[in-house]
Amino acid sequence: MQLTVWTYEGPPHVGAMRVATGMTGVHYVLHAPQGDTYADLLFTMIERRDARPPVTYTTFQARDLGTDTAALLQDAIQDAYDRFQPQALLVGASCTAELIQDDPAGLAKALDLPIPVINLDLPSYQRKENWGAAETFYALVRTLADTTVERSPMAGRRPRANLLGPTALGFRHRDDVTEVTKLLGQLGVDVAVTAPMGASPADLARLGDADFNIVLYPEIADTAARWLEKTFGQPTVRTVPIGHGATSDFVREIAALTGIDAAPLLRSNPSRLPWYSRSVDSTYLTGKRVFIFGDATHAIAAARVAADELGFTVVGLGCYNREFAKPLREAAARCGVEALITDDYLAVEEAIAASACELVLGTQMERHIAKRLRVPCAVISAPVHVQDFPARYSPVMGFEGANVLFDTFVHPLVMGLEEHLLTMFRDDFEFNDAAGASHLPAAEAAAVIVPVAANDIEWTPAAEKELGKIPFFVRGKARRNTEKFASERGLVAIDLDTLYDAKSHYAR
Amino acid sequence: MTVAVLDRAADLPARLPPVLRERGQREVFCGLTGIVWLHRKIQDAFFLVVGSRTCAHLLQSAAGVMVFAEPRFATAIIEERDLAGLADANEELDRVVDRLLARRPEIKLLFLVGSCPSEVIKLDLSRAASRLDAKHGETRVLNYSGSGIETTFTQGEDACLAALVPEMPAAAPGAAPSLLVVGALPDVVEDQFRRLFADLGIPAVFTLPPRRAADLPPVGTNTRFLLAQPFLGDTAAALEDRGATHLPALFPFGVDGTTAWLRAAAAAFDIAPDHFDRVVAPGRARAARAIARHRDRLAGKTIFFFPDSQLEVPLARFLANELGMVPVEVATPYLHRAHLAADLAALPAGTQLVEGQDVDRQLDRVRAYRPDLAVCGLGLANPLEAAGIATKWSIELVFTPVHGFDQAGDLAELFARPLDRRDRLAV
Ligand code: SF4
Ligand code: SF4
Repeated sequence: MQLTVWTYEGPPHVGAMRVATGMTGVHYVLHAPQGDTYADLLFTMIERRDARPPVTYTTFQARDLGTDTAALLQDAIQDAYDRFQPQALLVGASCTAELIQDDPAGLAKALDLPIPVINLDLPSYQRKENWGAAETFYALVRTLADTTVERSPMAGRRPRANLLGPTALGFRHRDDVTEVTKLLGQLGVDVAVTAPMGASPADLARLGDADFNIVLYPEIADTAARWLEKTFGQPTVRTVPIGHGATSDFVREIAALTGIDAAPLLRSNPSRLPWYSRSVDSTYLTGKRVFIFGDATHAIAAARVAADELGFTVVGLGCYNREFAKPLREAAARCGVEALITDDYLAVEEAIAASACELVLGTQMERHIAKRLRVPCAVISAPVHVQDFPARYSPVMGFEGANVLFDTFVHPLVMGLEEHLLTMFRDDFEFNDAAGASHLPAAEAAAVIVPVAANDIEWTPAAEKELGKIPFFVRGKARRNTEKFASERGLVAIDLDTLYDAKSHYAR
Repeated sequence: MTVAVLDRAADLPARLPPVLRERGQREVFCGLTGIVWLHRKIQDAFFLVVGSRTCAHLLQSAAGVMVFAEPRFATAIIEERDLAGLADANEELDRVVDRLLARRPEIKLLFLVGSCPSEVIKLDLSRAASRLDAKHGETRVLNYSGSGIETTFTQGEDACLAALVPEMPAAAPGAAPSLLVVGALPDVVEDQFRRLFADLGIPAVFTLPPRRAADLPPVGTNTRFLLAQPFLGDTAAALEDRGATHLPALFPFGVDGTTAWLRAAAAAFDIAPDHFDRVVAPGRARAARAIARHRDRLAGKTIFFFPDSQLEVPLARFLANELGMVPVEVATPYLHRAHLAADLAALPAGTQLVEGQDVDRQLDRVRAYRPDLAVCGLGLANPLEAAGIATKWSIELVFTPVHGFDQAGDLAELFARPLDRRDRLAV
């Protein structure tokens, strides 16, 4: 048993729901008790979907156990088919139904429906949401892709690519797909099928018709892409175009694959990020300590952008999906930090607190952690909340995505010139530093949990006064560092010397 | 006026409208959800769900925001190897509880909360609770089921409170009569009621649940209890088993409901009627004023209740009688006919009642009726709004203070706001 407070990923059937909900013409019959219907709200509330997910839950109760849960399931499958008339049906069990082993596959087969019925075997006690999505997408692709398609030679026509991986409830998937489709169009590449998002079972049948596949979200599409590679001999583009550099690499990879000349596009200053980063106001970004946590793909991409494109120092890098631990470890090694692979929220909180970072790039969870620690934060990965589905166009992929990332990483921080002004005027009697930076909301009166065991270390009045001269946005950190420094040395009081000794100790 | 409402309960059988029973797909949370408000109410209790990743995800999604780093609830997620044998599962559970209590020594009451998986694998949490209770002397360990195969949404609170009843100390045999208010109310509402009972002259007033585990109220034959919520059937039965007497009344929503509810207590404690009238008069006047502000917007509007919180019947009664709304369908997961007798009797004649759920059929009906307002769970709200039907999320009704005189206006406002919003928007 694993003691869990907050979870980064839902159960695997929620991953299956993300695939089914992203598609059209698919219905999912889930053998599950009534409480599991909560999952609908993830889609209707968080993502503001205007339709219910295409899911029928059997909602069996205790009194059904051992008598007719199987009949209930079979009726639900038939009713769902009659009512929703899908082109393909997914059937599966949630954690509870997995234990009662009603054999959804056999029951569905006995109904002899005139559409493909795909049984999902998603082991709830071993696996999680992303894995469930990947497995579901793979099962759909394997069942529905027409293996008899003959692809015409690429010569003499525009190349065609499939965009694989976007689902419902994905972080910025909607806008990423638009942006990448536009980028491919500029290169002269057509999108054959985008899936799962927006695809119907009939679209999946045409997957073999494309010249190559692009895996936008490896967590979801990698398994299916491997099968497509094997089955249709389609090459796979695996560079994830997040950030200016990665998008440029992505363009080059496609150019090499298709024989298209990408140089004009790359020369056209397609994103503002490089210049914004070189402009003088960005000087203050140099070496900002940033802690990054999310799904592996978004975390690795964010680390590259943070380090190479904004000049931050990555002081922590981690992901919650163990399946992708290897590439994340490699990225962390490149940054010179130890990889944090965990789905334990408290371990992440501890690591962030210990890192003395100045910015957190994370998920919805890290936003809460950062709020408590009073560190600025931007969300870069699922799981996300309603505010991370912005009304405006806001991709993180492609060249526009690079612009969005520049803004996303920089806005939580105090603006460059403003940082100097705050320092300059901090002793001015009219200046109230508690007001904070002008572009940030008034400081929230959140309870701050500062996990420093200050074993009764006293601040001398002079040191306390000096601490007050330090700008408010670093004061908490200065206080923590100094106390840590003092306690490590067994000091009982902090005077001016201790304060400055600590400052030089922690100076980078 | 109130007396008249109460009297109508007498001719209930003749007036009870026909109840349509439905059985199909439900779209409602399970009883685990109650943890979200119960853990705020009992401030030294911890709720440990023994369940799956789904259970943990439900709690997180229902709680909406994760304000607390370490809230006083968590899930012990059953993993593959726990399914190998019950001995292993029990051992694992003990280990998790040991670690948890070592980390949170301030916890005085630990609930092991059963889930569908723990029940299907027949993990006996009551035995586990007594075992762990004996082991951890400082912490009382109890158990109840919040599973979706046994409980819907608010029934989790019923199961939790029912588990507390055997723990309540016995009132001394000759103890003076005391009043027990049953149901988790926000502290602010509880305090308002306490002041009213004090002004009425009822000396000993207790609440279940208490704010601290050590303050479990005494119970005995001289205990009279009021239910603050309509979903507390098992708790009421357990209290009756211990000799307590239920004071039937309308539920305390709106002017009528709150007055009748308080009057039931006053009558049980022989409070003079004119004194009662004097004490409740200011609250009644304030509530009436606050409600009146929303009457124009709500009067004549049709309302459709999806089955969810079990508050549907008393709320429909309040909205119909005090705000002039027209309930076209009042569905509830479970209709406790005895506890709801007065509220049922006070519903407008012919109100369609539904017990249970078949969500697809209900959606067909709501589209056919096109009510002005539908009360539903979060999963259905946006799809209904997109279909042009204004909605009120039922979960707000259990998360916000809505009982009593001084919340009556807020309660009305919860229903008026979606309509107000529609009137304002020009997009
Ligand atoms: S319905 Fe059962 S399995 Fe689902 S969340 Fe509730 S207790 Fe857990
Ligand atoms: S962030 Fe990762 S590793 Fe660290 S320098 Fe590089 S690409 Fe750049």
